[in-house]
Amino acid sequence: MPTVNLNKNEFEKLVGRKLPLDKLKDRISMLGTDLEYIKDNEIIVEVFPNRPDMLSEQGFARAFSSFIGVKKGLREYKAKKSDYKLIIDNSVSNVRPFTSCAIVKNLKFDNERIKQIIQIQEKLHIGYGRNRKKCAIGVYPLEKIKFPIHYKALEPSKIRFIPLESNKEMNGNEILDKHPAGKEYGHLLKDKNKFPVFVDARNKILSMPPIINSDETGRINDKTKEVFIEVSGFDYNVVSKCLNFIVCALADMKGVIYEISLNYWNKKIISPKLKPESMKIDINYVNKTLGLNLNEKDVKNYLERMGYNYKNKMAIIPCYRDDIMHKIDLVEDIAIAYGYENFKEEIPNVSTLGEEDEFEKFKRKVRDILIGFGYLECNSYNLISEEILNNMEFKMNNIKVINPVNMEYNTLRSWVIPSLMKILSDNKHNEYPQKIFEAGKSFGREESEKIGLLSCHGSANFTEAKQILDYLFNSLGMKYNLEEVEHDSFIKGRVGGIYCNGEKIGYIGEISPKVLENFNMEIPVAGFEINLGELFEII
Amino acid sequence: MHKLAESLSPIERKVLPLIKENTSLKQITKSGLKEIEIIRAFQWLENKGLIKVKKEATEIVDLDVNGKKELPEKKFLKSISERELSLNEIQERTKLSNDELNVSLGLLKRNSCILLGSKIKITSKGKEYLNNNKIENFLISLPKEKSELNQEILNELKKRKGMIKEESVKERIAALTEKGREISKLNLKSDMIESLNIKILKSKEWKNKDFRRYDIKINVPKIYPGKKHFVNEALDYARRIWLEMGFKEMKGNMIQSSFWNFDALYTSQDHSVRDMHDTFYLNGKGDLPSKEIINRVKSAHENGGNTGSKGWQYSWKEDEARKLVLRTHTTVLSAQTLTKLKKEDLPVKYFAVGRCFRNETLDFSHLFEFNQTEGIVIDENANLRHLIGYLKEFFKKMGFEKARFRPAYFPYTEMSLEIDIYHPVHKKWIELGGAGMFRPEVVKPLLGIDVPVLAWGPGIDRMIADVYKIKDIREVYKNDLKQLKEIKTWLK
Repeated sequence: MPTVNLNKNEFEKLVGRKLPLDKLKDRISMLGTDLEYIKDNEIIVEVFPNRPDMLSEQGFARAFSSFIGVKKGLREYKAKKSDYKLIIDNSVSNVRPFTSCAIVKNLKFDNERIKQIIQIQEKLHIGYGRNRKKCAIGVYPLEKIKFPIHYKALEPSKIRFIPLESNKEMNGNEILDKHPAGKEYGHLLKDKNKFPVFVDARNKILSMPPIINSDETGRINDKTKEVFIEVSGFDYNVVSKCLNFIVCALADMKGVIYEISLNYWNKKIISPKLKPESMKIDINYVNKTLGLNLNEKDVKNYLERMGYNYKNKMAIIPCYRDDIMHKIDLVEDIAIAYGYENFKEEIPNVSTLGEEDEFEKFKRKVRDILIGFGYLECNSYNLISEEILNNMEFKMNNIKVINPVNMEYNTLRSWVIPSLMKILSDNKHNEYPQKIFEAGKSFGREESEKIGLLSCHGSANFTEAKQILDYLFNSLGMKYNLEEVEHDSFIKGRVGGIYCNGEKIGYIGEISPKVLENFNMEIPVAGFEINLGELFEII
Repeated sequence: MHKLAESLSPIERKVLPLIKENTSLKQITKSGLKEIEIIRAFQWLENKGLIKVKKEATEIVDLDVNGKKELPEKKFLKSISERELSLNEIQERTKLSNDELNVSLGLLKRNSCILLGSKIKITSKGKEYLNNNKIENFLISLPKEKSELNQEILNELKKRKGMIKEESVKERIAALTEKGREISKLNLKSDMIESLNIKILKSKEWKNKDFRRYDIKINVPKIYPGKKHFVNEALDYARRIWLEMGFKEMKGNMIQSSFWNFDALYTSQDHSVRDMHDTFYLNGKGDLPSKEIINRVKSAHENGGNTGSKGWQYSWKEDEARKLVLRTHTTVLSAQTLTKLKKEDLPVKYFAVGRCFRNETLDFSHLFEFNQTEGIVIDENANLRHLIGYLKEFFKKMGFEKARFRPAYFPYTEMSLEIDIYHPVHKKWIELGGAGMFRPEVVKPLLGIDVPVLAWGPGIDRMIADVYKIKDIREVYKNDLKQLKEIKTWLK
């Protein structure tokens, strides 16, 4: 989950009210974010991925201030008209087709502010931008740039500039091969013949998105008062929203937003798009979903507490919200403003019949029988190391996890006995006899429910395993027979296939000394494993 | 006092008379009783307050490796007792090691037992030494208490390598107490019935004999029965709660297609939970449901379809949906259940308790396999207050009186709630996981109609660990047989 770092003093100034610590913690978590850390002047909060607009100190304060009722209602952001032009060449259409841009002036940067802007940019890159794949952001000092700017795609060898964090000129390919940012994000351009670039009127390359800015024109510092911002990506709505997250935060820093005319090869768009959208709100739907009895005035109040306006049965949605895709999203915001802690629980009088899964009932009975024999039930992970399965000297087609946690848990178990053998080998320091069983899943051509049982002591043998098997089948009112089989986990001539109704449903036998040796064990083990799912089908 | 005398076991009866003022265990072994029996009798008699046992450390001297062999200087002397020999010849005959040879040489020279020259000659002192067996006698007497030994020889031997070793041994010394003295004056009957058996019953012997009294407070050896794994006991209990509340059980596979685990739950195909570092992937392709359901899910993602939503606004790919995963939540089962229902079946309530998988590094509070308890209520009249009602009831039955709900985010619910339960002892909130109402983008494509669906899937292992006072959640699946035998029973 992404987090945002807040400076408590700065935050309180933006919110417009100081809250006692307890209250602050409580309100932050009831707004729908998670307080990670609070100490002295530093607050770190988690922001849910549906609220990228809260990933800046400004955005977070904006939402929080409304929520606690200080600055309620819609914040409107406007962009001033201007002559700035950005020309988009059709060569980008199969590389990185869209960009949305803005100019922001009247900024006062200090180191703290610059850090904040880099923070917003980085967090948006990771989450909303899906590691720059979906969208990437560039911020440039305006004074270094001459308009109009061109957004076009060039052959990598023709792209030459000094990238940030470097001191020598590189071409497009060199950046991908050698520059740290190129190495990290190069895969986003790897299969392209041409790479996208922003180029200014003097033909200076500003950046090669989504990789890196030019050192000459793409570095802001504490003297910067005016910036050019671009967001590039694959969907115009996405890049345009992302731009709004940033310009609104900059506007909250007292920046003044200016429009840019985006001259696409096939159309013209004025950017940024800060006009609020609206959505019809149905109070009955709100009340029915929440189990409340709110009137129009309540709904208006709660919407305002979440930064909306309410007008003519419509919710006016601020331009920085990206998560309102259905009327249910408005209901949730109303619920949050109402306060989850204020919902009174109710158990409705609806009659439905409870029904336990039939197999689960059966499984419990079988488990009870084995417990009656003094066996301890164990409970293992389904993931096991392939080495343990191999220790059984019995080849099966094991299902391996592509991305395991570690080698100890890289494979789904193909039967239960290997898990039980591992338990026995882990418990050598404990008292004997050790008699254990486990009912659980195993994974082969299909997923099946199995039960495995092992007895381990100085004279563990076939007879005692078979005695239990006899009793088990008797008490289930079923018959089985054993057929001689070859199975290298067991001693030759002391292993049987368990057949029921002509189907092989398991094995019984004495574990072979080779297997015991593989598990570093020096005490005999005997037992059986049955496919409980198949047995249940036969019943 | 007689009662007490009657409760003495046969071995106690034998040992007690042998105890004088200060009697060591070793002294009693001379009576022929085994050491282990005497130890037991000491313990029982002490428990009854008849004797006091103290442990005293005694220094015992015992043979070491070299002490068990023939003395090398004797071998040396023997070899030259008939005729003088060179050192090499001596070594050849005696097979002494260089060390032994040097030790012998030094010792014999010091005691003027030999005369050195090109050949070595035995002196009269040497002959005397050869016939003197005091060192051998000393060694044969070992092990012995240090104070009882000839100190001169002891010190001599201590200087030599590996001849003897000293050990400190704890010896039990018993002394009668006041009560003990009185009891031992009594005539301790020895023909009491020790245990009732068929012979005594048949012969009616019991009619004229007394039974030895037992010390009923004495600890008996522990035995253990077979039993259920404590997690399964708790899970069975959770299942019973849902059954009592009128929920039907859902079951299903742990290997699922991404379609059921993610797509059906309106989780966009580029969402980060689908990353390798969150979800376990398997090779192969999963099966998808009917074309109709696929298309409805696809359009919900792309543009909302007929759900009244804008959707995620991207192009949905079937290939991505076919990827096989280990289910990350039991919510897959809820999604599958929705597709099986018709409007006439409503209202219905379902639950599941089952294993889920997340690619988490194991630590004291995280498992990569864990159990969730899933529930859905599909009811035209369901609302958020019902959701809170069902959950509070469940947690109350699990033993947690206080539960609270905070806003959360999941792609497939709106309202999304985070569930915390209050730990009355630690006085803190424990985070258990999510709940909410399924988004219309989930419900309508799967069920065909838009009906409120309450849904939850909190983790359950943390609650279980807490009830059993397990601090490190990894202990839950450790399968330590001692722990499994001794752990208390789930009392609900």
